[in-house]
Amino acid sequence: MDFLIFQIPILMVQASMDGILLGILFALIAYGMALQWGVMNIINIAQGELVILGGYIAYFMYMAGIHPAFGVIVSPIVMYFVGWGLYKTIIFRVVDRDLFISILATFGISILTQQLMNFVFGSDVVVAQSNFGTTMLFNSMVTLPNSKIFAAVVSVIFAMLLVLYMRRSKLGRAIRATAQNARAAKILGVDTESVYAATFGINAALCGVAGALIAITFTLHPYVGLPYTVRSFMIVIIAGLGNLPAVALSGMGLGVFEEFSDYILGTEFRIAAVFLLLVLILVYRRFKLARKREYLK
Amino acid sequence: MNNKIIFYGLIVAFGLVVPFLFPAFKLQISIMLILIILSLTWDVQGGQMGYNTFGNILFFGLGMYICSSFQIGLFFPLAEWTASGGEKTFVHTPTQFFQGFAVGLVLSGIIPALVAALIGYGILGLRGHYFAICTLGLGIAAGELAGGIELVGAGQGMTSPPWPKGIGDTELRSEFFYYICFTLMVCTFLFLRWAYTTRFGLVLNAIRDNEDKAEAMGINTMRYKITGWVVSAFFVGMAGGLMGNMIGYIEPVETAFAGRTFGVFMVLMAILGGKGTLWGPVIGAVAFHIFKEGFWIFFLGWQYVALGALIVIVVIFFPEGIMGWFREKYPERFGEVIDEEDRKAEVKLN
Amino acid sequence: MDLFKKIFSIFAAISFFVSLALPAQAKVEGDTIILGAAVSLTGKYSTNGEHTQNGYNMAVQRINDMGGVTVGGKSYKFDIIYYDDESDSGRAAQLAERLIKQDGVQYMLGPYSSGLTKAMAPVTEENQIPMVEANGASRSLFTKGYKYLFAVLSAANQYLEVAIDLAVEKNGGNPVNIAMAFEQDAFSQDVRIGVVEAAERTGSTIIIDDKLPKELNDMAATLAKVKATKPDVLVVSGHSKGALTAIRQISEMKVDIPMLAMTHCDASKLAKQHGKNSEYALCAAQWHKTLSYSDSFFGDGQQFDKDFNDMFGYAPPYQAAESAAALLVYKAAFERANSFDKEKVRDALAQTDMQTFYGNIKFNDTGQNIAKPMVLFQVRCEGDVCANRVVAPTKWASHELVHPIPSWSTR
Repeated sequence: MDFLIFQIPILMVQASMDGILLGILFALIAYGMALQWGVMNIINIAQGELVILGGYIAYFMYMAGIHPAFGVIVSPIVMYFVGWGLYKTIIFRVVDRDLFISILATFGISILTQQLMNFVFGSDVVVAQSNFGTTMLFNSMVTLPNSKIFAAVVSVIFAMLLVLYMRRSKLGRAIRATAQNARAAKILGVDTESVYAATFGINAALCGVAGALIAITFTLHPYVGLPYTVRSFMIVIIAGLGNLPAVALSGMGLGVFEEFSDYILGTEFRIAAVFLLLVLILVYRRFKLARKREYLK
Repeated sequence: MNNKIIFYGLIVAFGLVVPFLFPAFKLQISIMLILIILSLTWDVQGGQMGYNTFGNILFFGLGMYICSSFQIGLFFPLAEWTASGGEKTFVHTPTQFFQGFAVGLVLSGIIPALVAALIGYGILGLRGHYFAICTLGLGIAAGELAGGIELVGAGQGMTSPPWPKGIGDTELRSEFFYYICFTLMVCTFLFLRWAYTTRFGLVLNAIRDNEDKAEAMGINTMRYKITGWVVSAFFVGMAGGLMGNMIGYIEPVETAFAGRTFGVFMVLMAILGGKGTLWGPVIGAVAFHIFKEGFWIFFLGWQYVALGALIVIVVIFFPEGIMGWFREKYPERFGEVIDEEDRKAEVKLN
Repeated sequence: MDLFKKIFSIFAAISFFVSLALPAQAKVEGDTIILGAAVSLTGKYSTNGEHTQNGYNMAVQRINDMGGVTVGGKSYKFDIIYYDDESDSGRAAQLAERLIKQDGVQYMLGPYSSGLTKAMAPVTEENQIPMVEANGASRSLFTKGYKYLFAVLSAANQYLEVAIDLAVEKNGGNPVNIAMAFEQDAFSQDVRIGVVEAAERTGSTIIIDDKLPKELNDMAATLAKVKATKPDVLVVSGHSKGALTAIRQISEMKVDIPMLAMTHCDASKLAKQHGKNSEYALCAAQWHKTLSYSDSFFGDGQQFDKDFNDMFGYAPPYQAAESAAALLVYKAAFERANSFDKEKVRDALAQTDMQTFYGNIKFNDTGQNIAKPMVLFQVRCEGDVCANRVVAPTKWASHELVHPIPSWSTR
């Protein structure tokens, strides 16, 4: 236990800002997960690996001499096709099956992807430099790296674009219809198969954006995907499916929770705190639902 | 019936002579026995009860830490043993070693079972994928917590007591652990075999098939679910305690709460062999271990590609596993009577 | 029940064939001495595992090309059986047992990282197999009374002690305030012990003591605390990921600290990846190419650097150098023992006292190399090109230590 944060209150501002910026990034990944969970009823354990893969695309642009920030445009395009391809080869076989099958199958994909990334990109820990500089607040007591601000802004923009797309476009309508009732949508002439493929592609594209942002804010390594999967899963559980403002809010909440548990419990228990929170939320949810069920009786 | 007794007798006899048939493979086979225990106990939840858990590794790690902690802590100060900078070397006498081992092994079964009983009410109330992810989180959180506790060595890990000097060489050590593993495996198997024939087994299957209906029939499903988890935790914990001793070094997230390896293997093995059957997990574990040690050891780096591909293929194309395949092919052997008239009638319909 | 019998006999047959397919190899086959090694080719240590393997391979090739090992008047070649330990200590222990029992290996080389070495050491010790390891620096390896373990590198607690001493010296001999962040693994925690002891010795205070989880790639909280409490030294150790994350966030958060001490700067290619942002970082290393050691196989450090670069296409981090040195130690020991008896080889290993391009090697009773100091280098940039420059010990220092680090507003 460490109470430094209470002795130096400015740290709270720092922790909250860091947490919020981090949380927005998580929320973007979680939004993708919520989308394909809602539409296809699949839990994608390989979500984190898609993120890392997207990050490597930005990293290779950086190595080729292009500013990695352009990765947020290139990476989603490439990742859309990766997601689409993944759907056409593997995911379509698990869509209508038991959820656990999808968990295990995507878990297999995640192991496979990690290892292939290790072979293709090498096992070095890599970073891409954005050289965006830093914003100083409160007499330079609070520092916000511009790359993180950039990441948050880009995340918000992409989320907004996606919402608009889902509302306005024909495909968006088809996706929403499929999510509500796949059978009815099929009867009404929606090609659900291609809707699913597109949904998985969009999810992968969102992961690609997030990955490109992670390449310029954190570090990349083939084996660091799982924490992103778990966090996005948590956010989705708290927020529910298909509720973007709630996803954004719970993402930021999670980010802030993480930063504060880091300060108060100590860094070594940060990850443990995240996972215990997951367990607690699920158990709390169960008791709440159980009460509701009794009430309904 | 006689056939069965002969069959089991043969297996036990084979198990007893294995260390002398394959002297170089004693540890390998011991680990295979541990894997069989893991997949058998996973099947209590995943196969018989329909609750796909990723969290049984929690009890594995707990058992590992508890066994070694008691083995050491009964005779020496635990904190000094685990402090890596410690200059002192502690040596167990043979008596101390075996006393400690016996106490540690028993406790490494009992304490995880208690833990399972305590957390069962909250966690087993979850359904489906929420349960799966919750248990996944539980396993990872446990590993991270253990990595923060200084008393058990934190991220440094801890060494379990070495085999005492002066009572025989490493061959004796391997044989000793082999027979303990074998006994534990046989006990687990026989216990589950018996349990599945009782009302307990029937209720588990009822929960899998339709929990709400089972509840509506007046069965207190929660009590049975917790009992099932306690049973799993007990055997998994003991397996963990044994594994810690055999390996000699306990690392929080790699050997103890090893969700990435054993946690996944146990699920895969049970599904590979055929979940929801008694023999499926055993066959799955044996096949998986042979595949793993026989082949992927030579892949040098490609083995996780192979593992990932194996998971995807098994899950998508053979979700019923080896036993399921046999069952399709030879239903009579599983006591399913096929009415030839019926079959013909069906053909006609088509 | 016939079915079960069938299944059972099938598996019995398979296991039998597997056992046949893997005949126990002898320790010496024909004119080849077989060494066993488990290195991390996959998983979180795979970068450094690869450095280790490259070091071993280069040394094997060099020794074999230059006449091999002469025992009893006959020349033998080295060969290594590799397994992939998947960066997993449980796996490493199993593989050690497998190498010894199933492959009949009598001489072992170490894996990468302290954690994995700690997992393998009990196995080699119980089977009384000598192991020369080059990447397990944890001090607990040397306090358990192991007789068959020999480490060519300096213990982990020595890594950053020197840095604390330097900080105290620069502070006019007065105690300093130390902030530290160490990963939760065997190696980094041992480095931490060294720092804690140095702090006690110099009367310094530790004001921040964070332990980073293995999965962590965000140190913002630790660095914010550092910024608020203004320590004199910040010590960070967390393999390659830790070093890269620390520099990234220090430069982004503009954390001003007079001294930044780290590990794994060369393995993570810090100077190349972070360029000017990594300037002035002080790094502990087992070896640096400018040190003036030499031997007849690799020449001196510069020569090794060049040859390694030609062979593998990148500059050798010290992990590769120390791994290569392990093979030189084995060669000398075999020739001195003039026998393949593992006890005699062990005794010969214990008497090692030699110079290699990597440094002097002489083992004490616990198998620790006591003849070689650690070096500290500082990342220094000329224009846009940054490189590691040795600053301590003074014998090899090519550059003066820059202290305190200029503040970010002036960089």
